[in-house]
Amino acid sequence: MDANTFLIQVLNGIQYGLLLFLVASGLTLILGIMGIINLAHGSFYMVGAYLAFSLAQHFGSLWLAMAGGVVIAVAIGLALEWLLISRLYHRDHLYQVLLTYGLILIFEELRSVVFGDDVHGVAIPELLRASIPLTETLSYPVYRLWMSAVCIVLAAGMYLLIQKTRLGMTIRAGAANREMVQSLGININLLYRLVFALGVALAAFAGMIAAPVASVFPGMGNQVLIVCFVVVVIGGIGSVKGAMLAAVLIGLVDTFGKVLTLQIGGVQLLPELSGMMIYVLMAAVLLARPQGLFGKRA
Amino acid sequence: MPRTTRATAVLLLCLLALALLPLFAEKYYIQLFTKMMIMAVFAMSLDLLVGFAGLVSLGHAAFFGLAGYALAFAAPQYEAANLWLSLPLAMACSGLLALVIGALVLRTSGIYFIMVTLAFAQMLFFLFHDTKIGGGADGIYVYAKPAAAIAGWEPFTLENYTHFYFVMLVLLVLVYVALRRLLDSPFGRVIVGIRVNEQRMRSLGYRTFRYKLVCFVLAGMLAGMAGYFAAAQFGFVSPETLSWHQSGGVLMMVILGGMGTLTGAVVGAFAMILLELGLQGLPEIGGMDIAKHWQLFMGAFIVGAVLLLPHGLLSLFRLGSRLRRKPAGAHDE
Amino acid sequence: MSEAVLRTERLSKHFGGLVAVNDVSLEFFADQIHAVIGPNGAGKTTLTSLLSGDLSCTSGCIFLDGEDVAGLSADRISQRGVGRSYQKTNIFLPFTVLENCRIAAQSRLPSSMRFVRAALAYRDVVREAERALAEVGLEHKAQETAATLSHGEQRQLEIAMTLATRPRVLLLDEPLAGMGGEESARMVELLQTLKPAHAMLLVEHDMDAVFALADRLTVMVEGRVLESGTPDAIRASAAVQEAYLGSEGLHA
Repeated sequence: MDANTFLIQVLNGIQYGLLLFLVASGLTLILGIMGIINLAHGSFYMVGAYLAFSLAQHFGSLWLAMAGGVVIAVAIGLALEWLLISRLYHRDHLYQVLLTYGLILIFEELRSVVFGDDVHGVAIPELLRASIPLTETLSYPVYRLWMSAVCIVLAAGMYLLIQKTRLGMTIRAGAANREMVQSLGININLLYRLVFALGVALAAFAGMIAAPVASVFPGMGNQVLIVCFVVVVIGGIGSVKGAMLAAVLIGLVDTFGKVLTLQIGGVQLLPELSGMMIYVLMAAVLLARPQGLFGKRA
Repeated sequence: MPRTTRATAVLLLCLLALALLPLFAEKYYIQLFTKMMIMAVFAMSLDLLVGFAGLVSLGHAAFFGLAGYALAFAAPQYEAANLWLSLPLAMACSGLLALVIGALVLRTSGIYFIMVTLAFAQMLFFLFHDTKIGGGADGIYVYAKPAAAIAGWEPFTLENYTHFYFVMLVLLVLVYVALRRLLDSPFGRVIVGIRVNEQRMRSLGYRTFRYKLVCFVLAGMLAGMAGYFAAAQFGFVSPETLSWHQSGGVLMMVILGGMGTLTGAVVGAFAMILLELGLQGLPEIGGMDIAKHWQLFMGAFIVGAVLLLPHGLLSLFRLGSRLRRKPAGAHDE
Repeated sequence: MSEAVLRTERLSKHFGGLVAVNDVSLEFFADQIHAVIGPNGAGKTTLTSLLSGDLSCTSGCIFLDGEDVAGLSADRISQRGVGRSYQKTNIFLPFTVLENCRIAAQSRLPSSMRFVRAALAYRDVVREAERALAEVGLEHKAQETAATLSHGEQRQLEIAMTLATRPRVLLLDEPLAGMGGEESARMVELLQTLKPAHAMLLVEHDMDAVFALADRLTVMVEGRVLESGTPDAIRASAAVQEAYLGSEGLHA
């Protein structure tokens, strides 16, 4: 592997990892603060992608589609928390699993009813359609760089929100000790609703910016969900920092797993096994630190 | 009549009905009920984990599916595998996988456990989906049902759908009775104790990890038994059999039926499959083929059930009997 | 005097920056009650948890029959004959009273990996459970659900479960907490009868009971041993008067 290919793979891995982070950070916050295991989180990613697809057609601009999509996603998040999720706080995880599993079925079928089961493409906005040439034959698309940049900006924004604002302080306290926040007289219902909506919006936004490179297809949400579970397990529940580290790690492992085995080419390794690499990584973390890299011991 | 006696009576009546079913039912229904009984065994195996040991596994289909693949591999091409060899082999494969996965996932608990079981099952899914060992995404055929011949004598043949039905009925009863006994044994009491208060069990001197691991392996082997017969009946195994939809589906059977009761798991399995069929058979309304989107109604049903039936379908019956008993109680006073 | 059954040497436990147990060296003898007293937050329950293996120590040693058992898990410590009762009642609420003790007694089977015979068919285990219940005076409640017991009865059940494992060392964390006068008296009597056969750690706030039972007294303050000696010596100690009774006075 020469230096340029290596660079491209590193960029791809980081970009994939950052995208995973957007989805996983919401998942880990909802788990850590609200104690809710949300299987439907991947569906929000799918919802985002389909929103980008349909709104971009409607407005003729992906930028407008993204703006509109985020508003819709926040509304969906607020409504879901109000109607359904808020009834699960005092129930066993089992029922959270069940209800959110039901939600997946509903989202998937609604998607099928509204958009059908075909794969759709979303065009990259004019502005970002260029590529940066690396060598005569290799180049890197500007859009992917832009994606990474947006993710980093959002991650930095989350860092500021969590570390520097009053809301963030409450969120941190909530992730560390739910009972304590409740006893402090903070409006916990409002906090939960906001956190849930934030999580939905982040996942949906990830789906929107991913739509032009990953296309829009049925089942895309579940694929992301399970990888995000792995991210949360490795990073530790409730830890945004852990989610960041684990997401980038997974992004790189997954990307290089595919490329490296492709290069060695089935001689020593089964190239098809690359899809399993991240689970092997998870197993290793479980052996060494069952509570995740940044998780607190139960 | 005391409640336990009445419950036993209802149970025996259902059993009698199941035993008589092949006398008057068509082939389609006999096969349908065979499938339901297979899923009931699968659901009971998960109930052992979820309802009794308190281990919420979202990856139980891994053991179900692996046994199916084991049968497919054990069968010589286009020929029947020997039931008496391939069934223990398939169950051993599932048990071994459960041992490996269990040793890892049981290091966690609660929400972690749910996520990690799901992830490991997904790893197996990718193993079969992305590689050619099991025919990849297309799956693999089991051309002939396993043969039950012992030294030339054949007590039954699974190719005969009525025989298959009765084999499953016997297995269903056997598994139920065996699990009941298991739960009454010292081991079973330990398992339930761990669910109620694991820390106290440890301080009483129990190495809880070992008991949970053995329970996980037993549940995996039973799931394997169900998966073996599912593959035999269906004649086909694909990565879908160990997908997380399968795991989610069986978890739903257990919870909707009412977990921690075994009978609930059976009721849940029967009810879910019937519901699925019912939804798939919905008529067209206003030119729209709503049956095609039956999953939408299934999703809505699940959400509704979680909100309205916190203790599963069996609680409906209990509610019914409580309503019936109330006026009688008033009469006594 | 004979060798101590249980002995700690410079035992410490840190929780982050907090030192809950600081450099504690104590001895427990086979036929004695060693009471540990001190104000709330003195580290008594943490000490008990270190001895029972529920917590692992940051530094120091725990010798059981001369062997260092620090770092062993709670189940192994239990199997070596150390039984613990908890300050916060820690029983199996959905089980019957008898089943609570039966599951405790069952832990002394060589293995519970027994899958076929009914648990109740192990008559010795059931008898052992019934004996433990009778010892605390709960035999008449055997078939009731533990959750329906009164607080005092749950405390008695807690002790009975510990006794059902036939321990040589008893770690009792506030066994009298929340008990009525009659129940307390009965418990004090029971502990008196258990004394000859057990090495006992008694953490207790009821001073009458402590001075009635203890052969040896240790006063802990802020994780440290302030004073250790016979009850009479402790009663006379000026340091104890000042530090312990003073701060307790502040509490009240």
